Amino acid sequence: MRRVQIPLLAVAAAALGLLPFLRHARNRLLSGQPIDSYVSFGLASPLWTVGFALGLGLLVLPLFRPGALTRWTSLLGAGIALAAAAAIGANAAAHLAAAGSPAARTSLGSGAWLFAATLLLLASDTARRLRFGLAGLVPVFAPLALLLALGTLAPLSLLREYAVQHDAFRAAFGQHVALVLGALGPALLIGVPLGVAAQRWAALRRVAFPVLNLIQTIPSIALFGLLIGPLAWLGTMIPGVSGIGTVPAILALVLYSLLPIVRNTVEGLDGVPRGVRTAARAMGMSPAQTFLQVDATLALPVLLSGLRVTAVQAVGLAAVSALIGAGGLGAIIFQGLFANALDLVILGALPVIALAVAADLVFRLLTAWSRAALGGAV
Amino acid sequence: MITLDHVTRRYQGFSALEDVTLTVADGEILVLIGASGSGKSTLLQLINRLQDPSSGTVRVDGEDIAGIAPEQLRRRMGYVIQGGGLFPHWTVARNIATVPRLLGWDRARIDARVTELLDLLRLDATRLRNAYPHMLSGGQQQRVGVARALAAGPSILLMDEPFGALDPVTRAELQAEIRRIHTETGCTIVFVTHDMDEALGLATRIAVIDRGRLVQLGTPLELLTRPATDQVAHFIGTTDRGLKLLAVQRVGDRVRPGETTPGEPVSAEISLSSALSAMVTRSQDRLPVSDPAGAPLGTIHLADLLGP
Amino acid sequence: MIAFIVLLALLLLATFGLGYTAPLFAALFPGLDNPVYRQDGFPALLLGHVEIVAAASSIAVILGVATGIAVTRPAGREFRGLLETVAATGQAFPPVAVLALAVPAMGFGAEPAIVALALYGLLPVVQNTIAGLENTPADARIAAAGMGMTPAQILLQVELPLAAPVILTGIRLSVVIGIGTAAIASTVGARTLGLPIIVGLNGSNIAYVLQGATLVALLAVTLDQGFDALTVGLTRWRSAT
Repeated sequence: MRRVQIPLLAVAAAALGLLPFLRHARNRLLSGQPIDSYVSFGLASPLWTVGFALGLGLLVLPLFRPGALTRWTSLLGAGIALAAAAAIGANAAAHLAAAGSPAARTSLGSGAWLFAATLLLLASDTARRLRFGLAGLVPVFAPLALLLALGTLAPLSLLREYAVQHDAFRAAFGQHVALVLGALGPALLIGVPLGVAAQRWAALRRVAFPVLNLIQTIPSIALFGLLIGPLAWLGTMIPGVSGIGTVPAILALVLYSLLPIVRNTVEGLDGVPRGVRTAARAMGMSPAQTFLQVDATLALPVLLSGLRVTAVQAVGLAAVSALIGAGGLGAIIFQGLFANALDLVILGALPVIALAVAADLVFRLLTAWSRAALGGAV
Repeated sequence: MITLDHVTRRYQGFSALEDVTLTVADGEILVLIGASGSGKSTLLQLINRLQDPSSGTVRVDGEDIAGIAPEQLRRRMGYVIQGGGLFPHWTVARNIATVPRLLGWDRARIDARVTELLDLLRLDATRLRNAYPHMLSGGQQQRVGVARALAAGPSILLMDEPFGALDPVTRAELQAEIRRIHTETGCTIVFVTHDMDEALGLATRIAVIDRGRLVQLGTPLELLTRPATDQVAHFIGTTDRGLKLLAVQRVGDRVRPGETTPGEPVSAEISLSSALSAMVTRSQDRLPVSDPAGAPLGTIHLADLLGP
Repeated sequence: MIAFIVLLALLLLATFGLGYTAPLFAALFPGLDNPVYRQDGFPALLLGHVEIVAAASSIAVILGVATGIAVTRPAGREFRGLLETVAATGQAFPPVAVLALAVPAMGFGAEPAIVALALYGLLPVVQNTIAGLENTPADARIAAAGMGMTPAQILLQVELPLAAPVILTGIRLSVVIGIGTAAIASTVGARTLGLPIIVGLNGSNIAYVLQGATLVALLAVTLDQGFDALTVGLTRWRSAT
């Protein structure tokens, strides 16, 4: 364990020592002057520095005293250190704001971000060795979440941006989730029956897969672009259909979601041992009962795994669909990019990543649970 | 000559081999036999340094192999494993050519040697030379594995349960091939198996390994008549012991010279169990015996099979 | 192989020929002043696009394969667990978000795009290298060692050739995703085939969008088929009869 963790700790130390901890700009659009961690810690309340040291102490404890307990406290320590570092940044930002102009912005610098990333890697390595795997990262984010709720981090530019964009952000977040769910539903309704049919009829399988693979290969932005023309033309005849907006976005998302769902449905059904089906029929189960109680149940874990891929993919695609006017968190990202407002970019990108990772985790858990429920039979 | 001198192999607190001393004479077939996990494969791997002993010395031709670079050592020995371990992405010819290429032989010499080995292992050179392993049957793959091990002309051949994955008929064929190759090349063979019949059929001497210790070292006859422990006796098997005893002795040892008997003679080289089988088939209690050249030698009686 | 050649021909035809299709697009979209994108030549955009993808993929392949090899050797085994966890989680990061985050870190232009693409493209290559190397038949490796091949020889002559198809699949995935992300990279200041699409979307010029989209789609499908042909070529031994 030490061989992995010690280099990571070295990187974290280098990040704090060598790279800027904060950046202070006179207004929203400039990139700002670097401020190193020594100055930042000096500007902040000593209470946070103590907390930071405490967190680091807990973090490195397992290197000296290995064991499950020190590993759990190490995760907590990582969380405290992260939160304390953020608080120090916020404190320093508040001081700088008091001394400067109201339009001035203090944001976290590359040193702070690299430090946070390295700390997360360290925590992941520790969590990996514990019972709950990556779910053990919850104590790492908890102190940070607490500080966010208490408003301690408000002086940082990222949160000031959020405060300004609050309503737009909420709306975008909701739109994003709606897009993803709005695509997953139809994709399941079309994909699963298509998969069942393709598994039964080889001819359909031979046609369906190359077509779906072709769609999957076409980059999303290109597919959005290719759909605009025909849909706009269709829109001249059918009201409500348009080349831009939510409808083409969901259409494209559904098309992209079909391959993983169809492929995994086929794979899951392929994996049902033939003897089991025969036994079920021989015992007097009807075809419908056999399908529901045998095939569907045994194929479920594989299907859930495919759903995981689909959901994660959909979160990313929904972000791109902002380009064709579908809204969502992508709209915030692109607004930030086009206006060179980098805090806005982070404000949009981080939640997208969080959503995708959360979806990934949820479906991994569901898949694992379904496998366990089947007694490890698949 | 291979010498293992008080060799012990331990890892992670587990003792795979404990204080084993034995010598493999030049040109003999030494069979290492034992149950699964007894340490026999570990013993074999100590000879080509796929594993190194925790204590003790291994010497090949007088030289302590700990001082020889492992790759150099291994290129001087042949190593055959179960299934052959053929490289799936290379043709049969390229597989066989592996060690010669490592040793830097020129193309013509390699090609000639490949043909020679395919013939030695009774494989159809024209058809199989450029075939890929997945196109061959299990028996053919194993033959290629043996050919590959013999490619550089090693004087020592290490075989780790090579015929375990084959059906009985193929296994018997390949055992006969090994005996033939052994006679023709005179190489030293160290052979690992858990099948006592295979051991009895092939070995010059047998080393019984149990839980990391050498329990008995002797000829097949010695093991059958004087098992050192109950375990060895149990390993040999109690049911067919008599037939096994007959299988490892020759008619020539028991023949009554000079006595004549009518009928088709049997060779003095065949085993006593084959003689018994012939007697039962012909419903006779005695058989005429001839020497390998075909000249009459004497007679063997049913009673002679029961031993002195 | 044939599919690849046909598609390549189509791609080149479209790239060099789109400039001459003004009458066609004018007929399809009568309301537009500029039926064909002219701010940059399509060949220049294709080149820019390919350059970014090639640069990022080269970094991803070299680093990714090297890391995958390192982590499956005895010396590097300790790092494997964390690496696999990070790669699995990182795969869930939407490429567009990774691309966007490169801007606060490195500014606008082609460089941040290349870095983001390389970072994201690393993941499937690393995962597939590890999987491919782990799945080489164990007895082939044991036999190779027993015959006296050095560890380097075993890696180069046995493990890598046998793992090549799986590794290539990872590279293929990395490249195809990279093509899409490079198109989106037009929003961060890179000169790629995404530019006509973005400009067209901003200015409600559907013709521009179609032209850019067609070329991007053709590029992706062509390269995908190219990798397919390459994989078939590398696994000829498997399909021999």
